[in-house]
Amino acid sequence: MTLAPERIHISPTAPHVTEPTHVEATHHALNTRLSVGGGLQRTHPPKKSGKPNPMAHLTNTEIEQIGLDLDAMRAEVMQSRGARDAAYIRRVIAIQRGLEMGSRVVLLFSRNKAAWVVGTVGLSLAKILENMEIGHNVLHGQWDWMRDPKIHSTTWEWDMASPAKQWQHSHNELHHTYTNVLGRDNDLGYGLLRVDEDQKWELFHLGQPLWHLVNAMFFEYGIAAYDLELRGNLQNWDQLSDDDKAAFKAQAWAMAHKIRRQATKDYVVHPLLSGPSLVPTLLANFTANVVRNVWSNTVIICGHFPDGIDTFETDSIDGETRGEWYLRQMLGSGNISGGTLTHVLSGNLSHQIEHHLFPDMPSNRYAEIAPKVRALMERHDLHYVTGPILKQAYQVYKKVCVLSLPNKEPGRTRRSVVAAELRKIVKGKGAARTKRHLPSTV
Amino acid sequence: MTAAPPRPVPARRPGIADGMWKVAAAIATPILPDDYLDLIAPLRSGADLRGRIVAKRRESADAATLVIKPGRSWAGHLPGQYIRIGIDIDGVRHWRAYSLTSRTSDPTISITVKAIPDGLVSNHLVHHATPGTLVMLDQASGDFVLPSTLPETILFVTGGSGITPVMGMLRNLPAPTPGRPAPDIHLIHSAPTPSDVIFAADLAALAASGRVHLTVRHTDTDGMLDLADLDALVPDWRTRQAWVCGPTGLLDAAELHWAAADLTDRLHVERFRPTIIEPGEGGEITFLDSLITVDADGATPILDAGEDAGILMKSGCRMGICFGCVAVMRQGAVRDLRTGEITVAEPGDELSIQTCINAVAGSCDLEL
Repeated sequence: MTLAPERIHISPTAPHVTEPTHVEATHHALNTRLSVGGGLQRTHPPKKSGKPNPMAHLTNTEIEQIGLDLDAMRAEVMQSRGARDAAYIRRVIAIQRGLEMGSRVVLLFSRNKAAWVVGTVGLSLAKILENMEIGHNVLHGQWDWMRDPKIHSTTWEWDMASPAKQWQHSHNELHHTYTNVLGRDNDLGYGLLRVDEDQKWELFHLGQPLWHLVNAMFFEYGIAAYDLELRGNLQNWDQLSDDDKAAFKAQAWAMAHKIRRQATKDYVVHPLLSGPSLVPTLLANFTANVVRNVWSNTVIICGHFPDGIDTFETDSIDGETRGEWYLRQMLGSGNISGGTLTHVLSGNLSHQIEHHLFPDMPSNRYAEIAPKVRALMERHDLHYVTGPILKQAYQVYKKVCVLSLPNKEPGRTRRSVVAAELRKIVKGKGAARTKRHLPSTV
Repeated sequence: MTAAPPRPVPARRPGIADGMWKVAAAIATPILPDDYLDLIAPLRSGADLRGRIVAKRRESADAATLVIKPGRSWAGHLPGQYIRIGIDIDGVRHWRAYSLTSRTSDPTISITVKAIPDGLVSNHLVHHATPGTLVMLDQASGDFVLPSTLPETILFVTGGSGITPVMGMLRNLPAPTPGRPAPDIHLIHSAPTPSDVIFAADLAALAASGRVHLTVRHTDTDGMLDLADLDALVPDWRTRQAWVCGPTGLLDAAELHWAAADLTDRLHVERFRPTIIEPGEGGEITFLDSLITVDADGATPILDAGEDAGILMKSGCRMGICFGCVAVMRQGAVRDLRTGEITVAEPGDELSIQTCINAVAGSCDLEL
């Protein structure tokens, strides 16, 4: 017997009280990603660029075994989540809030150079922690298991231009489901950069060594535009249905509202409170936002664009099993090596491979499974990409520069391809960028 | 949660404080000033209701009283009412309801908890919870209370931990005055053995002082109470207002007994029993917004079953990674199709579940 009184009026939990309508459900073809095995017999043709398909050497049985091993790895960690993990995230949140408010108080006196430096460094770190180890991971549902409504994927809002809900759709759903699938995963260059030889070259990409740097500085707004699918929606405005137009307007409005609140905080209220330190505080907040943007951009580009990470053809994921999906996550992601501070400040996206395998696993547990994931990949002759952050970021920048030019074509120099595109523009028959089609969300 | 009355609306702040609060909100965005204050003053007025365990007392071999200092939003209680308490166990928050046993005039509140076999929360509270722990609370609720004008004669019939709300009432009896004599109270309490009697010392003291006529029955040796014996134990039971609290069997018997005597309006019952939700395979999914139920098998994701029935479902990756389909389960059980893990929501719970990878396991009620 327990002391829990049975509550008689449990509305609206009502089937016993009112008579609900019964509906017979028809049977549904289940999503193939709900099972690890039973994949299609696939041929693995090389990609358009001539690169081999990275999965070609594995049989379906081997892929299924990889899936079972990873499922077991996940279960072991998820079943051992407990008070220690809960204390970890609460501690990080408390540190972040203390750091943020402490830095803002110091910045009230930012006319003093030392106060400006201390406050700006503190606020930058606070914003980084807030976005990476806390916001990104809470919004992935990594902490939903605690059943604390204050630390929950459905209630969290973060210090970012993009409202949490919109980002969750484009990131959690589209990017994490279709990771590195050409034409499906917009994170491959964010619609701005060409980061893979199998992406089509356009004249616009000539400027990408610069676009990349500007995007890094103002990354949160780039993400916001990307979450809205701003370019695709505006270019295809006439073809959108009324419902789509209304949905887009509602999202754009929500985003404008969020950006206004964010800007009011950093660029109006906090500077005004600083009185004679108004201008230095405004600059400090701008600096902290840029530092956070550049850092998060750097971490994220290191997750999918360095050398040795694979992309996948659009039709290669038809009927994909969870085993095949796991495989694509491992081959489509790369890690950053480093110490505890790197891991925490990157939101443990330094363990990008582990994060992509198990996006809802608490981030503080990725480090413990990383050696097992690496061993599994090496056992199956799969390349575990990892390296120090500067090395990885340099590789990406080099790639952005190289791929700003078209691929070599037989019988044509890169220069002649560029020149031909330029001539089209001059004659008015082409565009620097092709019209962007709205990605299917199905 | 019907047990939770709406949160108290913070008193309207005067102009200047209101303005300062708006500035604080503009600086704190995207979170709230409250989120910062919660870190330093979780029990302050205006905060979500919380409490801190300040003491723990053993009541019997497997029962303990927890003394809790409630936050300043605490609105008080009536003797006999219960509260819901949310406590983190292994990092996971669990909510349960317990009767209040403290005096309404105390600055602290008390609940008395009996550890039941396999009871996660009750065992934690009795054996592991320590003073200093912060817990979530709901305001008091329940209508198992004495009227403001006490009847002249009262009968209490309790079993096991059913004594707890009655002890809450007994501790709060007003002192008799010349114009208002103390009511004549008869309490019949059943427990398996002497060591199972919660509040044994308090009950003995009440009996010794003459305020309560006490009959304690040890059911392991004396057998279960038969209500037909009431005529012998309390010959005037028919004229008394009666409050009965205990196991379901006792309550059902009491309702029949009083109904047979055509005295239903004199009987007040509080049902104490474990809410047992037995997970099964497949079952009925009820969508509470449209009050549509769907029968689904144990292999069909709730998302698919809902869509097939024409419910407007939130959806995303359909493989359990994006949390775009999360919905609130009010009660029932679901099974994770990937791992076999069962999630159970007891009445009063609001559990988030992913509909794309969970199948109904018995039945479930969803806010969709």
